[in-house]
Amino acid sequence: MGINHTEEQNMLKDMVAPFLAENAPIKHLRNLRDTDDKTGFSRPLWKQFAELGLTGILIPETEGGLGLGHVEAGIVLEEIGRNLTPSPFLTTAVAGAEALKNASAEMRGNWYPKIASGDAIIGLAIDESSKHRPQAVELIAERLGNGFRLNGSKQFVLHGHVADVLLVSARTSGATDEEAGISLFAIARDTKGIEVQTDRLVDSQISARIKFENVELNADAIIGDIDCGWVPLQRLLNAGRIGAAAEMLGVGGGAMDITFEYLKTRKQFDHLIGEFQALQHRAAHLYGEMEGARAIVLKAQHLLDDDDSRAELFVAAAKAKAGLAANLAVREGVQMHGGVGMTDEYDIGLYMKRDRALAEFFGDINFQANRVALLNGY
Amino acid sequence: MTNLETFRTETRAWLEANCPKEMRSSSNTEQDFCWGGRKWVFTCPAQKQWLEVMAAKGWTVPDWPVAYGGGGLSSEETKILKHEMFKLGCRSPLNSFGIWMLGPALLKFGTEEQKKHYLPQIARGEIRWCQGYSEPGAGSDLVSLQTFGADMGDHWLVNGQKVWTSYADQADWIFCLVRTDKNDKYRGISFLLFDMETKGVTTKPIKLISGSSPFCETFFDDVKVPKHQIVGELNRGWDVAKYLLGHEREMISGGGLGDGLASLGAAHEEVLVQEPMLRAQMAMFDIESMTFRAHSEKFLDEWKSGKAHPAYSNLMKYIGTELNKKRHELIMAVGGSDALEWESEASNQGSKPRSWLRTKANSIEGGTSEVMLNVVAKRILEMPGG
Repeated sequence: MGINHTEEQNMLKDMVAPFLAENAPIKHLRNLRDTDDKTGFSRPLWKQFAELGLTGILIPETEGGLGLGHVEAGIVLEEIGRNLTPSPFLTTAVAGAEALKNASAEMRGNWYPKIASGDAIIGLAIDESSKHRPQAVELIAERLGNGFRLNGSKQFVLHGHVADVLLVSARTSGATDEEAGISLFAIARDTKGIEVQTDRLVDSQISARIKFENVELNADAIIGDIDCGWVPLQRLLNAGRIGAAAEMLGVGGGAMDITFEYLKTRKQFDHLIGEFQALQHRAAHLYGEMEGARAIVLKAQHLLDDDDSRAELFVAAAKAKAGLAANLAVREGVQMHGGVGMTDEYDIGLYMKRDRALAEFFGDINFQANRVALLNGY
Repeated sequence: MTNLETFRTETRAWLEANCPKEMRSSSNTEQDFCWGGRKWVFTCPAQKQWLEVMAAKGWTVPDWPVAYGGGGLSSEETKILKHEMFKLGCRSPLNSFGIWMLGPALLKFGTEEQKKHYLPQIARGEIRWCQGYSEPGAGSDLVSLQTFGADMGDHWLVNGQKVWTSYADQADWIFCLVRTDKNDKYRGISFLLFDMETKGVTTKPIKLISGSSPFCETFFDDVKVPKHQIVGELNRGWDVAKYLLGHEREMISGGGLGDGLASLGAAHEEVLVQEPMLRAQMAMFDIESMTFRAHSEKFLDEWKSGKAHPAYSNLMKYIGTELNKKRHELIMAVGGSDALEWESEASNQGSKPRSWLRTKANSIEGGTSEVMLNVVAKRILEMPGG
């Protein structure tokens, strides 16, 4: 069996693509931005996601979800990227739902139905500095009676200000930068001692900086085993990375398509600018980069779904490659649009902004390349 | 057990029993590859034996029909055979332009007589073929070729010159593009086959920057070619040539695959510990290399199911050859001054610098990178202009 989409997967795309193009095209993003919406995404739209089953895409069928995999989640994410739809899909339905697979039956029973129904949003509180270093956890979780007490801070928590539950990495033993000794907790955002500051990002999404001051938890807030949070965290990160990569396929693909369309309609020197070889070669090169990115993202999604031992390596390479290709697409897009590419009126700049945010999310190109080197043994 | 599992088990057992030990190590020098043909001198008895047992089974061309000397295997079975050969380290029994290029064109355009005559010879490695395409004035702009075949009734009288003819001095026969109508640029070219020993054919090797001479200049002076040695219709040789170039591009783009699944960085771990900037470049290369493998896998699936764009092999040729050049730049960088040695025992007579220089032709031969990008822009992206 190859890595190309199956008939069923094509049907999913045929459902999701028109749904988002009709209900959440780029003007949907502009509208939220221009009305200074404080949620950062549309709750009615999220409810529609739930009605289509998409919020439960990775949740097992036996627990009320669709029981699909990363290939299918990627199909949705690519369309989200193409339409620049502001949505908690990646954080909640993909990375968050994936991490919860390692949670207790009780915790899953609590959150999965709410995620599937569109009533719960997950915030991922895993970064403590401006660059993604998931093992560098300084937020402390001390034993307190039968539970824990947390002190520390996190940043770049997308949708954190409206999240119902936060997945928080905390140090329960070991030194900073050690994978061992990290534990992962699921914490209701309204827990006492949690202070949230919101910031609007370059791509108009809303992110949070979160302080944890003597936040007290019961022992059952932990996901998986104590000191072994790296296991569910890796699960979260792999899902998040390949998900972000799939979204970047949509961002880069959307940017590329409107740019090629522009080359075929804009005239200068009495010629369509797409007739000029200088631009044709760059366009063809860009197309090749995006096609390669699509292939390795698909490959990594399949390996992840098959629980293959090479999945982590391919996920890192895919996030890096999708980042490289989408970045080229938005840079070439603005340049080839010329002056109008710098205006807010044209969409190409919005693609550039989302790409920048996705590039940092779950680790940038350099971070992923370093992972590739380490996993390859050098 | 499914049929395919049975096939895998039987294939592995057959390979273990029939592939000589000497043919199970990776090939290091040009001489380790068997190219066959009338002039071929086998490097060892095992090389001859390996070719003969594989040819007898039809496995030098596993997916060709049995009637033409092939193995008659399905694409799944062919994949399994290649995978099992890879796992046991079996060398390819036969490298051949006949297999990679002419054969597929004959299967598509040849007459039944031509298929029965030429294909089994190709499969057995009896005839070594060379390709007569480029001319001094017709490189990227191939349709400007001037070599002319005058219609003499029962034969063509061919006069002209070809250049960059791979291994012409070692080849037995040539497949050659010849102008048969001077009034139509595209529809005035025919695809002819003839023996390199025919009176009037001479070759002269060209020495390259790598020091080797895999290419020749080839001259035709009143060469008589019988009429039945045309492939496809008169004046429609360009269709055959284009089809064949698609296969050539597939083959050359495979160069970017390097040696199978290995990470280039992993092979040079000790050096990279001391060289952080080089390590970073290696990691970026590994990403590109993994990408190309996934891309090839995806493309081949689409190609086989007929869903790929007909011009897509141009894109793969561009990406694969540029990647292979990058790969050899990095091998040279990692090798440092050791990799500068051109004539020494330790360097296996300069295999690294010679290979590095050889790869510079990858993005020129079989259509330059620039021509590939032109084709992708016009045919796939449908950019405007003539």
